[in-house]
Amino acid sequence: MIEVNDLHKSFGDAHILKGITTSFEKGKTNLIIGQSGSGKTVFLKCLLGLFDYEKGTISYDGKIISDLSPDAKRDLRAKIGMVFQGSALFDSMTIAENVMFPLRMFTKQSLSEMEDRVNVVLNRVNLPDAHKKMPSEASGGMQKRVAIARAIVNNPKYLFCDEPNSGLDPKTAIVIDNLIQEITDEFSITTVINSHDMNSVMEIGEKIVFLKNGFKEWEGSKETIFRTDNKAVTDFVYSSELFKKVRRMYQEENQ
Amino acid sequence: MKYLHNIGTYFIMIKDMFRKPTKWSVMKTLILKDIDDLIINSLGIVAFISFFVGGVVAIQTSLNISNPLIPKYLVGFATRQSIILEFAPTFISIIMAGKVGSFITSSIGTMRVTEQIDALEVMGINAINYLVFPKFIALTLYPFIISIAMFLGIVGGLAACVYGGYGTMEDYIDGVQNDFIPFHMTYAFLKTMVFAFILATIPSFYGYFMKGGALEVGKASTTSFVWTSVVIILVNYLITSLLLG
Repeated sequence: MIEVNDLHKSFGDAHILKGITTSFEKGKTNLIIGQSGSGKTVFLKCLLGLFDYEKGTISYDGKIISDLSPDAKRDLRAKIGMVFQGSALFDSMTIAENVMFPLRMFTKQSLSEMEDRVNVVLNRVNLPDAHKKMPSEASGGMQKRVAIARAIVNNPKYLFCDEPNSGLDPKTAIVIDNLIQEITDEFSITTVINSHDMNSVMEIGEKIVFLKNGFKEWEGSKETIFRTDNKAVTDFVYSSELFKKVRRMYQEENQ
Repeated sequence: MKYLHNIGTYFIMIKDMFRKPTKWSVMKTLILKDIDDLIINSLGIVAFISFFVGGVVAIQTSLNISNPLIPKYLVGFATRQSIILEFAPTFISIIMAGKVGSFITSSIGTMRVTEQIDALEVMGINAINYLVFPKFIALTLYPFIISIAMFLGIVGGLAACVYGGYGTMEDYIDGVQNDFIPFHMTYAFLKTMVFAFILATIPSFYGYFMKGGALEVGKASTTSFVWTSVVIILVNYLITSLLLG
């Protein structure tokens, strides 16, 4: 479980995060949603330790990260898997080498053990024949799946995804969402996803945190987001015609 | 103020380069790859430039000697001194700032833009050690390139002198061997090592700390070349004043 208490982050005079308090539960897909510029990426980077913050605490399973020694922080980071928005695959390595990278860095496994593990995770993300391809030869959806494979290869306790569906067609986006959900359930990982894709929210949003202008405006789940009266949330959720229609149908059904 | 900040950040990067070392099995691969990229791939251009510039130095020297009292072997002597003291260590380093420096800045800068450096940091890897240290080790072989540049520069001078009809082979070789001071080699290789360190670290600094997108990668490569050249020229002056002045 990841707990955040009164988190503040500024860049110069710009106050980006203004006292966020929330928690992300183990074995659940937790979504951070909000409009562009609401502070989602900064929040995620603070959680990952890529940005320092001025005030507040972030704790992983009860351990406050600002109190940890550098070695303990390194150990913690080895338990984190991250899927970046642009996949961030190492373009000088093949897909298999990319997936093997965390094993080479953090384990003492033999080459054959590492290759076996790479085969397992590449099969898990439905890429059994992609080993020798370079990232530049893979499609956007394939790259995302490789990034997920790399993130889970070392059995992480925490999985972070920054807009995993950006740039993907709706069908591939659903495949990626379902894959993340299945992996979260299968390995009981604490998964935190940064997204503004409402399809993802409705597919896998077991816990949803809505940010607006650096504040936590609302939190709930995919079941409760349709019933909320919070105007900022409803404006965000029902900004597309499709979801406006879904809302009307939902209200008609309830009447 | 910005320059002071950059200088401070540069020295912190140098310190971080030696912290939290990457696993040797991984580092070994990175070093071999960087030796190939930075050293082996530079041999062709260095050989080509050295040979022909050596030839030009010999021709220029020969054409500017009009006094019959000046011995013929001076062509070989002047070519050797020019090549060993300045052309090979300094001029080749400026060329390498363009070739190798731009490569380092753009490759690290592209990794920054595409979040590959963030990916390393999230994994708990010291990205500076992972990216910069192998380049630093690979460039410890830089004196090997400069030795080739010295040799081919002098051979180029000989070829131009003999085949261009500017002097005899015997005079040229006599000049190359005349008044040889071994300390000049020490001086040349000492500054070569310092230039190698500059070539590995300044372009890495501009790549690692760049901000923005693809356009900024290009700008960072240009800035990196300018500052690497400026620092090489200044350090060259300083070392020459200290060791030969």
